[in-house]
Amino acid sequence: MSELISFIFSQVIPDLNTGFWVSVRLIVPSALLGMFIGVITGALRVYAPYPVKKFCDFYVAIFRGTPLVVQLYFWYFALPYTSFGGFRIVMSAETCAILGFALCSGAYHSEYIRGGLLSIRTGQIKAAQALGMTPFASVKSIVLPQAFRHSFSGCCNEVIYLIKYSSLASIITINEMTGIGRGIAKATFRNVETFLVVGLYYLALVSLASALLFYLEKRMEIPGFEKGTQ
Amino acid sequence: MQTDQTIDKNKPRVLEARKIVKELGGSRVLDQVDLILDRGDIKVLIGPSGSGKSTLLQCLNLLHIPESGELYLDSRPINFRKKSELYLLRQKVGMIFQEFNLFDHLTARQNVAIALRKVKKQSKKMAEQRAELELSRVGLSDKVDLYPAQLSGGQKQRVSIARALAMDPEVLLLDEPTSALDPELISEVLVVIRDLAKEGMTMLMATHQISFSASLAHEFVFMEAGRITEQGAPNVLLAEGAGSRTLDFCSKISEMTGAQA
Repeated sequence: MSELISFIFSQVIPDLNTGFWVSVRLIVPSALLGMFIGVITGALRVYAPYPVKKFCDFYVAIFRGTPLVVQLYFWYFALPYTSFGGFRIVMSAETCAILGFALCSGAYHSEYIRGGLLSIRTGQIKAAQALGMTPFASVKSIVLPQAFRHSFSGCCNEVIYLIKYSSLASIITINEMTGIGRGIAKATFRNVETFLVVGLYYLALVSLASALLFYLEKRMEIPGFEKGTQ
Repeated sequence: MQTDQTIDKNKPRVLEARKIVKELGGSRVLDQVDLILDRGDIKVLIGPSGSGKSTLLQCLNLLHIPESGELYLDSRPINFRKKSELYLLRQKVGMIFQEFNLFDHLTARQNVAIALRKVKKQSKKMAEQRAELELSRVGLSDKVDLYPAQLSGGQKQRVSIARALAMDPEVLLLDEPTSALDPELISEVLVVIRDLAKEGMTMLMATHQISFSASLAHEFVFMEAGRITEQGAPNVLLAEGAGSRTLDFCSKISEMTGAQA
């Protein structure tokens, strides 16, 4: 027993802590960027002129319709082999991961945001216009704040998913928690203990994020305002 | 029936619509409608459902853009196609909706203040002070911090009136302001409308509250099938034996509601 504890504390946890911060550095920017992409795309899918709308629908179809692993492979292993007018795009593994997560996550967020936007009664938009607000101002000040509240629980789910699928970054050579865990397991042959601890790290991260998102949701709560269903 | 438009040289013209035509879903909802509102005028639109009352009101502040016709605000022609003129006209022509259409995520105070901030670019403090003033005018000083879901229908409608008044409109258009209310909540809204009338607010109201509006209106405007068919002082149109379509319609409504026309 003491041998197990000393293995975990001396060999697993120190390395995993390093991996933990690598994971956080992938998750935080891609969650924020993904949400930003989702809000913009969701709004465009509802309000933009037809060609823009179709383009955004196409983006969502591609990123929801292909496995994230394939997308990551594409950004990291395939993109450097394509050239645009003699110009090659080569990105670091971290950039690829953040871009890949954000684009994929943005596609899902946009679905929730779009649903939230469509749920706002047109009467309120009419009232905003009747007061002399421009369409942009009425969407920004009236529709989006409500749509965001309606879609918030869906978006929270997406962030939780993102935390877990950040583990896929390990397949494009990034040593985040899963990658580090695999390294330890390979070196020590102690798969059970290692991956149990890795799992606990994810569980802790997800619990922390859930608590934070729950707190945010409470703070945004408005009496009598119906929350989104999911 | 007479359609005498009494032209009082002392009252400046606020809003004038000429030959407004509006088509919705392929059918002509408004057919060459003319309407004049001078300062302080209170006119009441009546007529059967689907006669175009709502559409006319929405055309007058350009929530619907008419297919053809002209619109004048303070005797100045408005170009419908120009966005900036559209926004400016809407600021000056307030609109009250049947369904209140309050912003669900904002308190009563914020509901009134938001357009002052976003449209008139006032500071938050100034806008909220004005909002409180307007809310006290409609008797809601103690409800400023409540959200729409915490207000009764009558209170919601009064917030929406305060919201329109805060923009200093030259005209107020009211689209059946009491139709969505429980009977016992109607009077609190009517009291506010009566106060506005006393203060000389120019108003055009679509309503089925015949007896109330007869006591208030300078003129009844009867609409049927997208046209104004009768127009005149309520006591003339509703006089016994007037034989007007307005009288016929109003007495049918009163029979149903038991109110006195």
